[in-house]
Amino acid sequence: MEIIKTDVAIVGAGGAGLRAAIALAEADPKLRIALISKVYPMRSHTCAAEGGAAGVIKSDDSLDLHFNDTVGGGDWLCDQNAVEYFINEAPKELMQLEHWGCPWSREPDGSVAVRPFGGMKIKRTWFAADKSGFHILHTLFQTSLKYPSIQRFDEYYAIDLLVDDGRCQGLTALEIRSGEIKQFQAKSVIIAAGGAGKMFPFTTNGAIKTGDGMALAYRAGVPLKDMEFVQYHPTGLPNNGILLTEGCRGEGGILVNKDGRRYLQDYGMGPETPVGQPVLKTMELGPRDRLSQSFWHEQRKGNTVSTPWGECVLLDMRHLGEKKINERLPLVRDLCVSYLNMDPVKEPIPIRPVVHYCMGGIHTDIKAATPVPGLFAAGECACVSINGANRLGSNSLTELLVFGRRAALSAIEHLQSGLSASNDPALSAQAKASEDRIRALFDQSAGTETVAGLRKEMMHTMEENAGIYRTGEELQRACEKIAELRGRYANLALTDKSKVFNTDLMQALELGSMLECAEAVAVGARDRKESRGAHQRLDFTARDDQNFLKHTLAYYHPKEPPRIEYLDVVITKSQPGVRDYSGAKK
Amino acid sequence: MSEERQIQLEVLRYNPETDSQPRYQTYTVPCVNEWVVLDALNYVKENLDPTLSYRWSCHMAVCGSCGYMINGEPKLGCKAFIHEYGDHIRVEPLANFPIERDLVTVVEDFIAKLASVKPYLIPKEDKPISAGEFKQTPAELKKFKQYTLCINCMLCYAACPQYGLVPEFLGPAAISMAHRYNQDSRDGGRDQRQEVIATDEGVWECSFVGACSEVCPKHVDPAGALQQVKVASTIDWYKEHLMPWVKK
Repeated sequence: MEIIKTDVAIVGAGGAGLRAAIALAEADPKLRIALISKVYPMRSHTCAAEGGAAGVIKSDDSLDLHFNDTVGGGDWLCDQNAVEYFINEAPKELMQLEHWGCPWSREPDGSVAVRPFGGMKIKRTWFAADKSGFHILHTLFQTSLKYPSIQRFDEYYAIDLLVDDGRCQGLTALEIRSGEIKQFQAKSVIIAAGGAGKMFPFTTNGAIKTGDGMALAYRAGVPLKDMEFVQYHPTGLPNNGILLTEGCRGEGGILVNKDGRRYLQDYGMGPETPVGQPVLKTMELGPRDRLSQSFWHEQRKGNTVSTPWGECVLLDMRHLGEKKINERLPLVRDLCVSYLNMDPVKEPIPIRPVVHYCMGGIHTDIKAATPVPGLFAAGECACVSINGANRLGSNSLTELLVFGRRAALSAIEHLQSGLSASNDPALSAQAKASEDRIRALFDQSAGTETVAGLRKEMMHTMEENAGIYRTGEELQRACEKIAELRGRYANLALTDKSKVFNTDLMQALELGSMLECAEAVAVGARDRKESRGAHQRLDFTARDDQNFLKHTLAYYHPKEPPRIEYLDVVITKSQPGVRDYSGAKK
Repeated sequence: MSEERQIQLEVLRYNPETDSQPRYQTYTVPCVNEWVVLDALNYVKENLDPTLSYRWSCHMAVCGSCGYMINGEPKLGCKAFIHEYGDHIRVEPLANFPIERDLVTVVEDFIAKLASVKPYLIPKEDKPISAGEFKQTPAELKKFKQYTLCINCMLCYAACPQYGLVPEFLGPAAISMAHRYNQDSRDGGRDQRQEVIATDEGVWECSFVGACSEVCPKHVDPAGALQQVKVASTIDWYKEHLMPWVKK
């Protein structure tokens, strides 16, 4: 097996991975950096983020306000020391992107413009029209081309971490083009491989969002944290789940039910604000969890609009006018016209909540370090946790930058910490075992299960039992079903036995990752007997700070469901309070 | 939802391990009219033939993964609507690129060309982060914004007759990206980029057929960028050779 020796290996080349790579290259040009990704960097799902990135820059804003919005938005499950670090670093990182050429939208005087976003008390979202993630990703990718020390391994799929002597020392990865498995020997490893939204059938996430990075760390003994918190974005196109940014509402779009009523006022987010004059942190600018939950209630009451793709409410942007829509929301208009054949300039757009983001992920501390020395994580795959029980829109793009860089700095500290020499035969033996595991998949000719079949059952199970509102009974069913699917996965048969660009094999490995993540979601959700943020239980409707002001930690077991432990939330200055999104009381 | 109809999806297949040359395979796919061609490929992959290989991810025309030749034209699979085609649709890998397997092409040449034009900001002036942003008015932003929209899908390379004939040609997307940074009010790197793009393999190889702009799914208009680069390079030449006392 070919061995590639490097100082730092990064798994994932989206926003967080690229930011980490650049930070490493800038810190020390002599560092050898291996940037490993299953897709070319610009295909990473960061490109699909639309609305923008939050960072305090304007004189009417303050770090405290950003802190309060984030912690309250996260229903007090955020680690407040992490949030403090995050909001402090955020403006610097966004400014850094400006210096790297990101085409941020501007004020007439040439300064960077900000737009309102849900759950934020002050306008603080930097944006590049409604293609903010796309521009951030391409700015980072193009900037990364400046640094010869960043060696890219495009279209390499990470298989297993190599952990020896109590620390992470590299990984194995499949070169998709050749089907060969390579051993990366590294002093530090950073995982920045994105979320796992594809566990669900109806999601804004691209095909690549299959939780590979999470599962990679999980199998190596790192707990997954708070996986039960899955964010539904309130406004997805009903036929295919394509995201319509929160910027639609930030710019003044309103949500109405079948009777034309702005129903959010009936769910603690009223009173109604004037159409076209959005008021921050209320009505349509409430947080995503509350908006998605309101939809669920409207559907139960029979207030939704029936469409060929299921029940919907309407996002009305007509009053914004063609000029503003073209200037601020050009992609949204294009997506509606292309995929739904409806023009937001002329008609309200039917939408429904759609799985969007994993608040949970690889357990890290505020230095982006996991409990395994030498292993770091950043971005959606990680749980620091700044997002708590519900992420605020426009915090995730900033998180990629802040913690991507932080992971790089920690990786450098680690490799400078006087590491003992590696035990090469032990690492090679692990790499060999990893290769054997993949080879075995090819040999199961007697297998009866298919990738598509198991995947469909997993998605169905998650949608039916682990959605916007949950019950203990349904979650128990999900736990049992996912455990069963994990068992049946061992009996999977590949149809494609070839080596070159074998996407049947890729999808089988991705399915394995998703099943492991899905089980952590289901078990964590079943055992969290309270309602908080995006985790809402019909059988435990109140938040329970006595018992559950805690992070869930799920520990992997190869055959059994995960072992669950709990970890206290870090509170520095904000005691749990009431999340108030009723503008009238202010 | 529109009614279902059956289409014949004819897909180029090639597995370097078993095939001496590409062949075609036709699948019967029950389609919903609102589907895109990528949905039909996914139907095949899930229900008929797990061995079919192709790249895709976002399904919303922004990641740039799923460029294929569809009935002979370069298109994004996720933006080629079934209802715009008849009952027979042929899907092939992007033209002008070597085939890796099935619809997957080898794209290293494009990536190397993109990197060669220095597609990053080379600031006019050094400025620390603490000094705040480089001011840029909406009008200054508008000058280059269009060229930032390139998703690197490579449809323009598949459409470009010149790239097909002269593989050394830098090509539409790479030159547009250089132009994007040259036009950015914050940038001072034009001279460095000119060394790469104002060459025979650079902008002068373009024969201005304009096919690149016709197929661009993001309306970047690379042909327009190339013409602007040509004009600017010509002016540079005159300044240098006929008016050496004038600074570029």
